[in-house]
Amino acid sequence: MPLLEVKDVSVRFGGILAVDRTSFEVEAGSVTGLIGPNGAGKTTTFNVITGLQPPTSGEVWFDGHNVSRTQVDRRAKLGMARTFQRLEAFGSLTVRENITVARDIVAGPRSWFRNRHDPVVENLVDLVGLGPYAEVRADLLPTGVARLLELARALAVEPSLLLLDEPSSGLDEAETARFGALLSELAAAGTAILMVEHDMNLVFSVSHQIHVLEFGRIIASGTAAEIRVDPVVQAAYLGVGEASA
Amino acid sequence: MELFVATTVFGLYIGSAYAIAASGLVLTYATTRVFNLAHGAISMVMAFLYWQLRVSAGLPTLVAVALVVLVIAPLVGLLLERIMRGLGEAPVSVMLVVTIALFMGAIGIATQVWPNTIVRSVEFFFGYSSVEILGARVGYHYLLTIALAAVVAGALYVLLNRTKVGIAMRACVDNPELLEVYGIEARRVSRLSWMLGSMLAALGGVLLAAYTGLDYYSLTFLVIAAFAAAMLGRLRSLPLTYLGALFLGLGSAYIDSYLGVSPYVQVGLQTSLPTFLLFVVLLFVPQVRLRVGQVKGIVSARIPSAEQSVRAAAGVLGLGLVLVNLADGAQVQDLGVAVAYGMVMLSMVLLTGYGGYLSLAQFTFFGIGAATVAKLDTSSALAIVLAVLLATLAGALVALPVLRLTGLYLALATLAFGQLMDKLVFNAAFVFDANGSLPVQRVAPLGIDLSDDRVYVLGMLVVFLALGLLMLGVRRGPIGRLLLALRDSPQAAATLGLSHRWIRVAVFSAAAGVAGLAGAMLAGLEEIAAPGSFSTIASLPAILVAVVAGVTTVSGAMLGGVLLTVTLTSTGSTQGLLFLVLAVGAVLLARDPNGLVNLAFTRVRRLRPGTTTPEGGSHAAA
Repeated sequence: MPLLEVKDVSVRFGGILAVDRTSFEVEAGSVTGLIGPNGAGKTTTFNVITGLQPPTSGEVWFDGHNVSRTQVDRRAKLGMARTFQRLEAFGSLTVRENITVARDIVAGPRSWFRNRHDPVVENLVDLVGLGPYAEVRADLLPTGVARLLELARALAVEPSLLLLDEPSSGLDEAETARFGALLSELAAAGTAILMVEHDMNLVFSVSHQIHVLEFGRIIASGTAAEIRVDPVVQAAYLGVGEASA
Repeated sequence: MELFVATTVFGLYIGSAYAIAASGLVLTYATTRVFNLAHGAISMVMAFLYWQLRVSAGLPTLVAVALVVLVIAPLVGLLLERIMRGLGEAPVSVMLVVTIALFMGAIGIATQVWPNTIVRSVEFFFGYSSVEILGARVGYHYLLTIALAAVVAGALYVLLNRTKVGIAMRACVDNPELLEVYGIEARRVSRLSWMLGSMLAALGGVLLAAYTGLDYYSLTFLVIAAFAAAMLGRLRSLPLTYLGALFLGLGSAYIDSYLGVSPYVQVGLQTSLPTFLLFVVLLFVPQVRLRVGQVKGIVSARIPSAEQSVRAAAGVLGLGLVLVNLADGAQVQDLGVAVAYGMVMLSMVLLTGYGGYLSLAQFTFFGIGAATVAKLDTSSALAIVLAVLLATLAGALVALPVLRLTGLYLALATLAFGQLMDKLVFNAAFVFDANGSLPVQRVAPLGIDLSDDRVYVLGMLVVFLALGLLMLGVRRGPIGRLLLALRDSPQAAATLGLSHRWIRVAVFSAAAGVAGLAGAMLAGLEEIAAPGSFSTIASLPAILVAVVAGVTTVSGAMLGGVLLTVTLTSTGSTQGLLFLVLAVGAVLLARDPNGLVNLAFTRVRRLRPGTTTPEGGSHAAA
């Protein structure tokens, strides 16, 4: 049974259909790429999965439960975590505090009445390479670093499904390569990853499965090798995508 | 039959004027996500302008109306667009502060331009000429208003459903980014909606002015009726808003004509109907979802260490000792007022500075505290404990119904609650006696004699400082971090598994309790409680003062207490001027609500060599 199932989801904004009867699945321990031009409905799909946007129709199933009507925070408790395309770091807290907050949330209200030391925080700071920034306030971070912080913060709640919205924008080539390796490690350890990404090299190198969206609809699905040669994708998107990536 | 027809037409007139104003509110909110609390204040200023042109300058009615509604109002709309730009993306508290600043600023301007030294009034259009319908005489002004509301509704329908820019406006209710994708400039849409919104506010004001008369507050609070109607349409649906407005107008007219109750109950019911409806509708608004993509980072001031805070507290206490002994009798009382108001500010530091929520009725909780000790009429310290408990409970009662909703709805619920308390409780005969006040006994906790004002004020100061230290302690710990995280990005916190709902109720009731404590203690100092000193209208300047002085720091609360004392104890045109100054300050500082204290600390630190703040002025002692 797949960990995540998106079934026939549509989202309508006024007169505009942003997501149009989209269905796909994400398996545990795999990386799934979601690509497509701006306005194709990728972030809206993420919002539907995490509960920030109710779908006009369709269902989201997670870990065997229909979560279509479940609150955002309940879905998180079930094992989803995400990053945001438009950054949502806690701006007035430092990098270390951002991650600590996530750990406090996991630990629950009983742990909120005194400061405690959580070794996981330091491990995460090291894992994504945030050491030099640990005491810097999040709203002062360069974009790429802030994205790494959002990744570390999402990992802090130990999710079974990690949704990454354009995680590599703002990273340089070496950082992107290291980031790709980290994603593969996480997937190998059993985490399911769903990623919206414009860097085609990254998507093709780490994804087990790729879905291409255009005008809210999936126009192609397959492995990296299949997508690369798909004529529909070539025509609709890749030419543009590679030029801008 | 005659009475029924006359009542119905009158109800439809009021309802239609509400509908015109309310559709302007919905239009701007739906397209820009800025909820304009100053919408009624714009109606008020426009009505005064209409008086200026029509009565003072003697222009023909049609010319005066056209100048106000078609020329001045759109220009004001453009100015508003400039002031509000980007606010739809800002945290709700920032957005509300700016609109409250406009609200108070409009009142300030009106007091300066049209001082209430003379009585102003405008006539109904067509004077008192009327037509007979089914035996009842009906004024043309009423019929014109009803017709205009229908025309406005029709025109808005065509705009939103038949034009490209209108369809874009509807789409951007849900997703502003789509505008760019579909090649429509967002700025154009927002300019148009502010111009239209302002024109509709003006038209509503001009049509109502003959009935309500010209004063600073009645048209300004028209906004509550507009909120209530707009809320029925969930701030989106114009047809439902229209229906809601008509319902309000008719309801208030029928109460007036048919309900055979005492005049007190009748006036109470009539004036509180919109507020009551607003509150009821709020209870039934379905879940509102969190938004993504807000701009975050209200910059927080630096938190001092425990040792630094204790030292600062000792210093303030020492200063208090000196001041209390230098002051004469009346000045000691003023100092006490400043400490009590400082406590109200402290409650706002917790609620707004840390939590990011806004209460538009903090003085109502203050009043609950004062009224409780007055009614208990005992010198036992239990009176104060009960006062705090009641205020806390009231806070929970306000926050619970809007548990599922966003901070905007919480703020509106507080406004509705404040108005209801003003009209139905604080002014009711069963609370305060005939002359509108009650004597209060001063407490003697554990047999300590506090009958000397100086000792009592110092006692208040000690309580203030203890609360301040407690808050800084909370701020330094996990709860402080969680509050800031929730404030910076409720959606990110939710996707990590944190529900803002119960935390919000807890913070809100705690803040209400602190305000209640302040009210109870001040009533003890003054040995009298009177509802005039805690009406809803006092809560609004408090918000501006909080922002100007610094709503994120305990030291800001202290300065705020002093500023608020000056503002609320001044009168007439001086007070109007202070409102205006505060409004300008709040608009300038709203995006960095650490306020003046923070600026001062930052400047001082910069002057000292070797202590630069690399983070660009975001640091201050708290």
